[in-house]
Amino acid sequence: MAEIVDASGLSCPQPVLMTLNRIRDLNKGEIEVLVDTDTSKENVSRAAESQGWEVAGVAESGTGYKILIKKE
Amino acid sequence: MGQVKNFLGTRWGIVSVGAFIGVFAPLLQKFGNPGNMGVCVACFERDIAGAIGIHRAAVVQYMRPEIIGFVLGALIAAYAFREFRPRAGSAPIVRFVLGVFAMIGALVFLGCPWRAMLRLSAGDGNAILGLLGLIVGIWIGTFFLKGGYNLGRSNKTYVSVGWLMPLIMLGFLVLLLSFPQIKGEPKSGILFYSMKGPGAMHASIALSLVIGLAIGFLAQRSRFCTMGAFRDLILFRIPYLFYGVLALIAFAFLTNLIVGQFHPGFAKQPVAHTMQLWNFGGMVVAGLAFCLAGGCPGRQLFLAGEGDGDAAVFVLGMIVGAGFAHNFGLASSPKGVGPHGIAAVIIGLLVCSFIGLTMRQKA
Repeated sequence: MAEIVDASGLSCPQPVLMTLNRIRDLNKGEIEVLVDTDTSKENVSRAAESQGWEVAGVAESGTGYKILIKKE
Repeated sequence: MGQVKNFLGTRWGIVSVGAFIGVFAPLLQKFGNPGNMGVCVACFERDIAGAIGIHRAAVVQYMRPEIIGFVLGALIAAYAFREFRPRAGSAPIVRFVLGVFAMIGALVFLGCPWRAMLRLSAGDGNAILGLLGLIVGIWIGTFFLKGGYNLGRSNKTYVSVGWLMPLIMLGFLVLLLSFPQIKGEPKSGILFYSMKGPGAMHASIALSLVIGLAIGFLAQRSRFCTMGAFRDLILFRIPYLFYGVLALIAFAFLTNLIVGQFHPGFAKQPVAHTMQLWNFGGMVVAGLAFCLAGGCPGRQLFLAGEGDGDAAVFVLGMIVGAGFAHNFGLASSPKGVGPHGIAAVIIGLLVCSFIGLTMRQKA
């Protein structure tokens, strides 16, 4: 079961900050990040990859996106 | 269109956008814009404030088409790529106040981050102090961010909310076309014009508008942000946006060299002063305000174009801030800081610190 980071409605740099904080807490596993702009989607994906996490999937969700990132 | 989208969001994409701005901003000077002010978001919003009479500083009054183009170019890009998302409601009053102080700080230095980079690329050594101030301001902002500073969530709203800033800009364009400059006259219809000084220097409306539209379009796609460049590097060690500003400086330097606009030195630089402490201090305030608001002045215009009502409020704050800056003697001039500029920098630092310290979400 993926951890959820709800960054919807939050502007730069909050989605990345929240995602990186959770990555630091977990070290590995699956995180589902909710964002509502394309900018946040790109920034979160870029930040996750910079930490060695993989972007496993991006799905449209409500008014934004659900980004699944993981590290084994 | 998918490939274009992918490309502009890549490292080479943002480098291309920085290079585009770096080439065309100095060229706008060649075609009439003021010295080292090919594109300065703060200066040009200040000129717009003058054109509509929010301040009456006679030398800085012109309805700058570049700013109109930035918003409308971003709007076009947002619609073309289905990214127009009307949203609002994340502490608009705070964003307004941050916009006011961002403008005041920028006008103590005499330029926004964009102009600081253009000034540097043309050899203006005073810009080094401004850029250092910008970086220090952003660095202070990152401590607030790490401490939990957060202005809260925005909400999806009516499409027409997202259209308000683009409509204001369209209205400005209609005013500019309806009341064109009359040679030797300080006023045309309801618009004020400068007869001398930077406000009297401008490229043609068509050229300014087209370059503004192109920059707005490209910057919306690439998320170009001169504040985010340093913030992301300091906070996350992510250099994506930083490549964009490096490209801007490098290409502006080359363009200035080629067209004969590179004049290294500190004294007698165009629309600049040499009071270094306040070049630095003004940009500390501006950098901190941009950081707390989540984007440089250009980025705020691009966000406003893609439907962000909170960024639009920041833009209005900057335009009103220009009124305060010139009406109350806060803005600098080539002679040095204004009579109350130093007090404004100190008050700006206090206000931004109050915002950064008190608007925190508890973990």
